Amino acid sequence: MAKELRGRKKKNISGDEIITMNNVSKAYATGAPALNGVDLHIKKGEFVFIVGDSGSGKSTLIKLLLRELVPTSGEINVMGYDLIRIRHRKIPKFRRNLGIVFQDFRLLKDRNVYENVAFAQRIIQMPGKEIKRNVPSILATVGLAGKYKAKPRQLSGGEQQRVAIARALVNRPSILLADEPTGNLDPKNSWEIMKLLEQINENGTTVLVVTHNREIVNAMQKRVITMKKGVVVSDEEKGGYIDDED
Amino acid sequence: MRISTFFYTIKQGIINIFRNKWFSLASIATISACLFLFGLFYSILMNVQSIVKNAQEGVSVTVFFDEGISDERIREIGEEIDKRPEVSKKVFVSADEAWESFKEEYLGEYSDGFTENPLENSANYQIYMNDVSMQPALVSFLEGLDGIREVNRSEITAASLSGINALIAYVSIGIIAILFAVSIFLISNTVTIGISVRKEEITIMKYIGATDFFVRAPFVIEGMLIGTIGALIPIGIIYVIYNQVIEYIMSRFSTLQKILTFVSVNSIFSQLLPISLIMGIGIGFLGSIITVRKHLRV
Repeated sequence: MAKELRGRKKKNISGDEIITMNNVSKAYATGAPALNGVDLHIKKGEFVFIVGDSGSGKSTLIKLLLRELVPTSGEINVMGYDLIRIRHRKIPKFRRNLGIVFQDFRLLKDRNVYENVAFAQRIIQMPGKEIKRNVPSILATVGLAGKYKAKPRQLSGGEQQRVAIARALVNRPSILLADEPTGNLDPKNSWEIMKLLEQINENGTTVLVVTHNREIVNAMQKRVITMKKGVVVSDEEKGGYIDDED
Repeated sequence: MRISTFFYTIKQGIINIFRNKWFSLASIATISACLFLFGLFYSILMNVQSIVKNAQEGVSVTVFFDEGISDERIREIGEEIDKRPEVSKKVFVSADEAWESFKEEYLGEYSDGFTENPLENSANYQIYMNDVSMQPALVSFLEGLDGIREVNRSEITAASLSGINALIAYVSIGIIAILFAVSIFLISNTVTIGISVRKEEITIMKYIGATDFFVRAPFVIEGMLIGTIGALIPIGIIYVIYNQVIEYIMSRFSTLQKILTFVSVNSIFSQLLPISLIMGIGIGFLGSIITVRKHLRV
């Protein structure tokens, strides 16, 4: 089994593929499998929406890509890391190449904007001098240069999400994973965040956005992967939001 | 590790302590109590040992020779005694010296009536030992020698002296072991709370790619800092009260002054300070590392 999978992995990873999932399934102890034989191939520099209702397996997919979970079967390769066989102590190094943005922002409430972003750099043990240079620059990129002293509760939802994006970007990841980044935002702020993600993508970062937001998906004309009950049901370039017929 | 990371870790450790003040205080108090008792027993033990040692040093075995023994044989016996491992010191007391000291001690000016030495056969060796417990072995060896008339052993028995020592040691070890367990348990609780308070932060750290070490280190530092503070407080208290207690004992029971010599505060602290610090930091380290390993599956 293992041999067969390894062979397949080689066959299916092309040079510019940054995320590869081959026949990935994930079953939890109870209930139906969360993912069932998913194949996913994403190239460097792509902007991809992953859409689907709750229970479609999107969250499991993100957790697998972060190596928070290990699949029950199948192969996952992200940026050359074999996520099935990766050693525990290599996981931090792997994750440093991923930026992650959550629906609920997950900022440290007791620290100001600057500290929240600098925190990400401290974790990867960036020298203090570099931190002082990188943090203001990334805050300018997300349009928050003037608010570096503010605490999260003093910011609007959109601004908080910008801080989260700055934190995800400051370590210059190859991939940005955004899990429902506009879930808690009003339409205006949602659009601004999406424009920011698009701009980040134009600068070379691969961007994966898990979302429910129909208007945005339909308007942006990006690649859309639709999931339903743990299976990829459609994968279209310049796709749109597929309605659930059920 | 970078210097900035080092300071960051220390800073986070200190912040942790202040974040859950009450638990930190409880942990510090328990460790302090533990090490205070340890310091107390240690000081008592050191003093008892020193008193016992002084007493032991005064314990000697005296051997008297057969009547009419030759000086040659006395010297031979002396050489044999010197070879024994139990012997720390041997003093030859001639018959004249024995009489002189007897006169001085018991007769004083009434000794003038004696023209001859009544203790003619009282030349002896006074033998001091390395350890009182060796007395029986030495005595039986001496009794087996040729030319020995009598061996006088000391009244103090080895058993009673080392018995006191052992009792104090066992009781202290028992109490300290219990307090150690309580301290480790409390530190563990404090760190557990610290971890649950920072669960969100730890999750984010893991997503961003923090190493296990980076996530765990602040909590271990927290434990070690609590241990250090918990060690310094009782050391300070004992330092202050030690001399006062001794002064009080001496003034209250002035008769003790002749028998007892107390160990100076400095010579106790030259050992107690490092031992307490190592124990405090050790307890903190153990308590936090156990907890962090259990609760921080990163």
